[in-house]
Amino acid sequence: MPSLFATTREFSGITLVDLSGRISLGDGSALLRKTVRDLLDEGRTKIILNLGDVNYIDSSGIGELVSGFSAVRNRGGELKLLNLTKKVHDLLQITKLFTVFDVFNEESTAVRSFE
Amino acid sequence: MAPETKHLEVTLDTHVESVNLAEEMCVRVAEAAGFNEDECYRIGMAVREGVINAFHYGNQEKPEKKIHLAIELTLERMIIKVMDEGKGFRLTDVPDPLAEENLLSTSGRGIFLMKAFMDDFDVLPGRTGGAELVMAKRLPLLGSPSSNGSGKASNSDATPHQEA
Repeated sequence: MPSLFATTREFSGITLVDLSGRISLGDGSALLRKTVRDLLDEGRTKIILNLGDVNYIDSSGIGELVSGFSAVRNRGGELKLLNLTKKVHDLLQITKLFTVFDVFNEESTAVRSFE
Repeated sequence: MAPETKHLEVTLDTHVESVNLAEEMCVRVAEAAGFNEDECYRIGMAVREGVINAFHYGNQEKPEKKIHLAIELTLERMIIKVMDEGKGFRLTDVPDPLAEENLLSTSGRGIFLMKAFMDDFDVLPGRTGGAELVMAKRLPLLGSPSSNGSGKASNSDATPHQEA
């Protein structure tokens, strides 16, 4: 069974990706990479990753989040994070990535931040 | 080895699945030793990062090489050793992932997480020529917040080692 699932929704030019499962070495990290790359290939550069159902991230998953962030920014877009679980929040905090990503707790606020 | 010490050693293939296997094994031992859910998560994550390091950096993902995992339970600590068959490295040569210039690096956080999640961490030259990552966690006091209270720990009368 895949360790990560991703579904996408659109809000007037903003893409919200709902992720659930684990973003870790192997297929979880690979799926996140493919999802972000596919969106960029379609010209979608305003991306919100909803991590509300992501219960585990390892260093490989953190690396993939950073890679996605940089790839989107290099295309002139923005990748933001929504609904961090405590474990993911704590990981981003101790790795100082909380200062790098825009992080939101409310979907509507995250969407409005692109205006 | 002291008679109270319990020792488990396994040899793992250089394969992604070994990362999950090592994590699961160590979490089960940690649960049985009385660690609570949060501590088991931290131990599991540290082991995971250690085996990822051995798989990717040490053994360069070469399937003919092996990863050696050892778990020791003493009266005071759970000690985990992960050894690869690579060329070895020095801890002082590992870049700081928290440095401004490394924040957007897509790799290099594994050692930092192992240090953050365990009480002790070191890198030694392994007997196979590669690196041996040695990490340890003090056993919880039964009934303390870091204990799962199951009373399943085989060495439940142990007094945890206190450090300043």
